[in-house]
Amino acid sequence: MRVLIAEDQPLLRDGLTRMLTAYGFEVVVALDDGSQLTEALVEHRPDVSVIDVRLPPSFTDEGLRSVIAARTEVPGLPVLILSQYVEQLYARELLSDRAGGVGYLLKDRIGDVQQFIDALRQVAAGATVMDPEVVSQLLQQRSSLAVLTPRERDVLRLMAEGRSNAAIAADLTITEKSVSNHINALFAKLGLPPSADGHRRVLAVLAYLNQ
Amino acid sequence: MGWRFARGARESGQLLVGAVIGLPAPFLLAMILLSVPASLVAGLGIVVFGVAGTLLRRLANVQRDRAAALLGRPIERPYADHPEGLLPRARAVVSDTATWRDLAWLVSQFGLGIAGLAAGLGLWLAAVECLTAPLLRALLPARTGFDPAVLEFTGRSTLLGWLLVPVGAGLALLAYRLPRHLLSGQARLAAALLRPTSAAQLSARVDRLTATRAAAVDASAAELRRIERDLHDGAQMRLVAVRMNIGMAQDVLDADPATARALMAEASASAGSALTELRDLVRGIHPPMLADRGLAGAAQALALSSSIPVELDLRLDRRLTAPVESAAYFVLAESMVNAIRHSGATLIQVAVADHGHFLSLAVHDNGRGGAHAGRGTGLRGIQRRLSAFDGSLRISSPTGGPTTLEMELPCAS
Repeated sequence: MRVLIAEDQPLLRDGLTRMLTAYGFEVVVALDDGSQLTEALVEHRPDVSVIDVRLPPSFTDEGLRSVIAARTEVPGLPVLILSQYVEQLYARELLSDRAGGVGYLLKDRIGDVQQFIDALRQVAAGATVMDPEVVSQLLQQRSSLAVLTPRERDVLRLMAEGRSNAAIAADLTITEKSVSNHINALFAKLGLPPSADGHRRVLAVLAYLNQ
Repeated sequence: MGWRFARGARESGQLLVGAVIGLPAPFLLAMILLSVPASLVAGLGIVVFGVAGTLLRRLANVQRDRAAALLGRPIERPYADHPEGLLPRARAVVSDTATWRDLAWLVSQFGLGIAGLAAGLGLWLAAVECLTAPLLRALLPARTGFDPAVLEFTGRSTLLGWLLVPVGAGLALLAYRLPRHLLSGQARLAAALLRPTSAAQLSARVDRLTATRAAAVDASAAELRRIERDLHDGAQMRLVAVRMNIGMAQDVLDADPATARALMAEASASAGSALTELRDLVRGIHPPMLADRGLAGAAQALALSSSIPVELDLRLDRRLTAPVESAAYFVLAESMVNAIRHSGATLIQVAVADHGHFLSLAVHDNGRGGAHAGRGTGLRGIQRRLSAFDGSLRISSPTGGPTTLEMELPCAS
């Protein structure tokens, strides 16, 4: 799987390169700067990218802006954004094109290597992976999610974190069949009708990001 | 009609008060002028000067309040805080320009007060005499030894007596109208002489700025101490624990892989907590969102993460200087936290508007009100942050609500 890395701190960039190579990814470019990022994303069209929000030259949200620009040219280009902190505003901007294939994780999560690699693969496959911190913030404050049962909320949380049905079933120690029952129930409650585009998991996350 | 009489009487009364206030002038002038050279020779002069100075200030303050009420704008007191002790205090009062301006005012008030009162009363007297001239002529049949001035003037002619009645009416009108002009003249003079000179205003401003600068420096020093303590007791300690666990794991790796795995897991957990603490610390020093997107973005982020719905009205489309941006952000954040924690509100409205040379911030909630700066550290913290920039805070929070905080923060455009 071809991957692009944009990270200005050499230690983390080299670490990521080594780790991803060890897990069978092919690192096509590793940038230390955001000025060419949009062009690089559009030109190489990697299977997935790992991008720091804050990059030179502006050291603000260069990474995020470049990704959003690249995704308007290549819709659904899979990208995982890394940040030292999570902001709902950024999560919302990332998801606003509703195309899926995005992830937004705290840099800390790289420490949990297996889960990080899983998240990266999920994003490459077109899923949406939100950091548990974003998800828990949303679950705490959005009262409109009161229509969901506690179990459905658990399922939604894990779904937003990018887990597959099997992983959710293992996590909650229930059967995969009841996971899919819960998912269907909450799709209905959130007003997401069955459709062909297959992005309902993304839309479920968006449903409360946009509330 | 009644109120007109009441008003006329009140104004005449005020003229009387004005005259009375001016009356001690010669006495105080003499005391002060004599006491200054006298104090060079003997100590008694200082006491006399002190008493005279105090009386002078009392009188000046009374007049400041009267003039302020009449002119509808406050007249600030120009007196600086004087040092303790009789001698230093006396010296400070002598060298204070305000003392001499007060004295100049009092002397002029002496003349103006008496003249005003005389004019006010004299006009009424003359008006009454003119109006009653025909009656007087009839009632005083024979030439008496003491005739009213009018009759002296007109002789005892009946015709002239009747002609005086309209003159009397005119005088009465004048007597009714004139006092308010006299009073406002006195008030204007007082305002001109008794308000702080621009030099005094400037020096008061320097004093205030010195005080707020000291507060700002103190606050930032306290902040640095807090950061140092948090790093030292928090993240640093956790990283030491991480190294220790890894070191131990290295030692037992071959002999006891299970223990090594447990130690590594512990190390990983400690490193995770250290990261969380560092992240919170960074957010407390300077929120990353503020650095990325400026005040507008940071306010949006605040609104998004609030547990109560927030309506935002942002009229700001430029980046402010970093210190102003940061102060504005923390002031907004603190106001919103107050509203969320204490007000029981269901809606918060936040308005930020850029007026070029200042930024106005308003945070309104529909909660139970009753907030005031004396209680809790939140509002005082807001005040301190604003005062470091010469900004202002106005709190409106009647019991029962709603609460509105209006803040202004100067910022160069």
